[in-house]
Amino acid sequence: MQRIGVFVCHCGSNIAATVDVAAVAEAAKSQPGVVFATDYTYMCSENGQNLIADSIKEYGLTAVVVCSCSPRMHEATFRKVADKAGLNPYMVEIANIREQCSWVHKDTEIGTPKAISLMKTAVAKVNLNTPLQEGESKVTKRALIIGGGIAGIQTALDIADAGYKVDIVEKTPSIGGRMSQLDKTFPTLDCSSCILTPKMTEVAQHENITLYTYSEVESVSGYVGDFTVEIRRKARYVHEDICTGCGLCMTKCPSKKAKNEFNRGLNTRTAIYTPFAQAIPNVPVIDTEACIHFRTGKCGICAKNCAVQAIDYEQKDEIITEKYGAIVVATGFDLIDLKPFGEYAYNLSPDVVSSLELERILNAAGPTSGHLQRMSDHRQPKEMVFIQCVGSRCEDDRRGKPYCSKICCMYTAKQAMLIKDHYPDVNIHVFYIDVRTPGKAFDEFYRRAVEDYGVDYIKGQVGKVTPQADGTLLVHGVDMLDQKVVEINADMVVLAAAVEPNPDIRKLATMLTLSIDNNNFLNEAHPKLRPVEAATAGVFMSGVVQGPRDIPETVAQAGAAAIKVVGLLAKDKLKTNPCVAQSDELYCNGCSVCQNVCPYGAISYTEKEVRDHGVRDTRRIAQVNPALCKGCGACSVACPSGAMNLKGFSNRQIMAEVDTVLCQ
Amino acid sequence: MQELINRAKELLADGTVARVLGWKKGDFVYNPEPHIFTSAEELEKDFVYDGFCGANLSKYMIRASKMEGKTLVFLKPCDTFSFNQLIKEHQVVREQAYIIGVGCKGKLDHRKFQEMGLGDIESITGINLMDECDVAKVTTIYGDKKEVPFADVMLERCHFCKTKDHQIFDEKMLGSKETTDTEGDRFDEVRRIQAMSPEERFAYFRSELSKCIRCNACRNVCPACNCLHCVFDNTNYDTAQKANADSFEENMFHIIRAYHVAGRCTDCGECSRVCPQSIPLHLLNRKFILDMDELYGEFQAGSDTETPGPLTAFTMEDPEAGAGLERSRG
Repeated sequence: MQRIGVFVCHCGSNIAATVDVAAVAEAAKSQPGVVFATDYTYMCSENGQNLIADSIKEYGLTAVVVCSCSPRMHEATFRKVADKAGLNPYMVEIANIREQCSWVHKDTEIGTPKAISLMKTAVAKVNLNTPLQEGESKVTKRALIIGGGIAGIQTALDIADAGYKVDIVEKTPSIGGRMSQLDKTFPTLDCSSCILTPKMTEVAQHENITLYTYSEVESVSGYVGDFTVEIRRKARYVHEDICTGCGLCMTKCPSKKAKNEFNRGLNTRTAIYTPFAQAIPNVPVIDTEACIHFRTGKCGICAKNCAVQAIDYEQKDEIITEKYGAIVVATGFDLIDLKPFGEYAYNLSPDVVSSLELERILNAAGPTSGHLQRMSDHRQPKEMVFIQCVGSRCEDDRRGKPYCSKICCMYTAKQAMLIKDHYPDVNIHVFYIDVRTPGKAFDEFYRRAVEDYGVDYIKGQVGKVTPQADGTLLVHGVDMLDQKVVEINADMVVLAAAVEPNPDIRKLATMLTLSIDNNNFLNEAHPKLRPVEAATAGVFMSGVVQGPRDIPETVAQAGAAAIKVVGLLAKDKLKTNPCVAQSDELYCNGCSVCQNVCPYGAISYTEKEVRDHGVRDTRRIAQVNPALCKGCGACSVACPSGAMNLKGFSNRQIMAEVDTVLCQ
Repeated sequence: MQELINRAKELLADGTVARVLGWKKGDFVYNPEPHIFTSAEELEKDFVYDGFCGANLSKYMIRASKMEGKTLVFLKPCDTFSFNQLIKEHQVVREQAYIIGVGCKGKLDHRKFQEMGLGDIESITGINLMDECDVAKVTTIYGDKKEVPFADVMLERCHFCKTKDHQIFDEKMLGSKETTDTEGDRFDEVRRIQAMSPEERFAYFRSELSKCIRCNACRNVCPACNCLHCVFDNTNYDTAQKANADSFEENMFHIIRAYHVAGRCTDCGECSRVCPQSIPLHLLNRKFILDMDELYGEFQAGSDTETPGPLTAFTMEDPEAGAGLERSRG
């Protein structure tokens, strides 16, 4: 029998307001094995920790139950306390009487009995705990960044500058991401390319950075410190190491009708192309769907014109395998599909554009060489309407998102001012729900748009945009402040479409066992205290993949992710979780069910001679590799004979908990 | 039947196999039993294959796989699903078996004779598979004589026969005859029970399972119940050999057993065939099969030796967590 100490935390009034903590401690005293029980204001405080440590020594405790907050919060804290006091840290169990009790109940009449029940459950479990020892695993001193936008670029640079090797995997032919599509940036109006391009060049030239563009992550296995990643390098049909980037192939290419993705489909490009002039690497790819050679077997003009014979129509996708100690997910965002928003006539008129399309129109390297014009007749607009929150803060989850996209208010003010600067005679009307400008120099920036530039901000929403026979767009809206209907005959309408995470994240989340929220944004290990770490150890996040944010925030977060990666790679060894699965060879039936369900490939089988009640028998037996096992418990649930057990969460322990709950 | 004996003798004589796993004549005509034959004499004297040989011999190959030399095993079409499943679970060794796929014209249910008052059979014709077996002519020990249509005394599972094609074999002998009913399917009874209110359904199973005497026949015959030590006997847990707190706990045995074989059960129906208390245990398994078919797409355990079962494989198309609950709410 264990000698158990039970420590009940008040958490100030967080627990004590809804749970009679003294009653919980009193009830604990009559539980089997409990030799000491008490309550205290803050168990996690230094005094609280000392109370536990002193009691372990004074009462000769062999096991400890702390009734407090979620084990995600302070399990590690209390395990350290036990360790310092000479008790095996895995002899500590947490009864979560805060998140699972006091916070979800309103009064002590319900809270107290439930807290007592949770305490009894933990006592029943800890009675069956056994001391466990942590192991060690190695750290591969190399990081993988998935996504080559500003988030990935900055993370890679910071890690590489600290002296560690970094690989960037980017799906498109060039790094740069969304930021490379922007014209100017708020609130300083500096040119996006001018500040991004030097960073892209630095990435390309950095001795510690390897770039895999036009590549995708194919599979991930392993664990923190020792991931094995397969990367698919899609065939470019142009040899990266030979191509000089002269661009002659692109000039000569006769197939010029492919949709230009970089310009959001506003114009066309050639079949062999780089997405934009400053692309890194400056090596084109062949779009096989547009290429005449790939469609008909003829042409071949690019190959004939290439002075260095860099073009290779026979090139195949290549899979490379690399080891990494840490992985950063920085897959960024796209705008939502605007087709379902029929009321704004996005499908009906080329003069209704998304905010990112306008960004390309305003850009000197864009489809109109930076001249503001309608895409239908290339006329310069006189009346422009901006509609905010298209799909953001939207209750209809079939087409929109419930969250605020955060960047739209600011870039709309920016776009309005840029237009007013160049075309002072253009009238700009902005329909908005709220203008949200929290950020350094943000509100001043917005006020400049209103006060200095005379942008007409209308609080209200647009009901309908109707294309007229004369080519204009009739905008029906409501001015909520004046309480009247507004009708504007606009030449151009700009939709501030909601941002959403790159859809690839779902596939990637499955590979990396990451948790994603209802909107496909990645969940953090802790929303406040571990904001750049994923719940999977060794995986970090950077940029909009976690939630909407602007460039300065993304860059700051990239630095935060980088320091976490550097902190991990700086270690030579990592402590491994001892709560891993173990198979009982006398009960193992060799059926392989555990092997089939193991997501980590941690289980193998071996022929082994066993002695079962004096009988020698050669049996096929499951073996767990503790370095690969993550302790998820899938095997112990699947095992029909109960041979597989998770250390620290054995079937007996779980059953003891269930019995305790049910037998009250 | 004689040709089966002759072929078995040949294979024994030329050393292809060391033993023969087949059916041996029982004390009565209606209870032949699985048996390992090691000599030609024994085969001539006791081997039988007729309408009462419903027993699925696959499971006996688990032990036979560990014996020296090959074992000749006779498998009916439905038994081969179990054999495949046992290969998948690494319980039998394919190379240790010489499989003769025997034809099947449907198997008889002695219980149905009993219900007709013909349980004490002295002799019966029409069950020999050489014949056209449309009618069984029964003589009881009391001298009663009666002709009954074969379909009326056939096992329930044969009315919903999966197939007459062997899934795995080295050679095939004897012909088969289609026995599947033209109307309905094997899930009709499951659907009828599903349509009950929760209270009715609970009462139904409580009533059926209350007949259980925990003889463990279902567990012992089940090819999926192949654990060396059943969890119910695992002394690492506090459940082994435990006195039941109430009669419901006794019922839990069958519910837990159904969970343990879910995704691996081939619906061979042996559990219900051997139950001395006539509990329709196969319905629990069929409920799982129906649910899995509906949630994960149709799957037949043992149709091959590789495809992982729906409960032990993950695909991106799998329904999201909670889909089952949504479904049960209608």
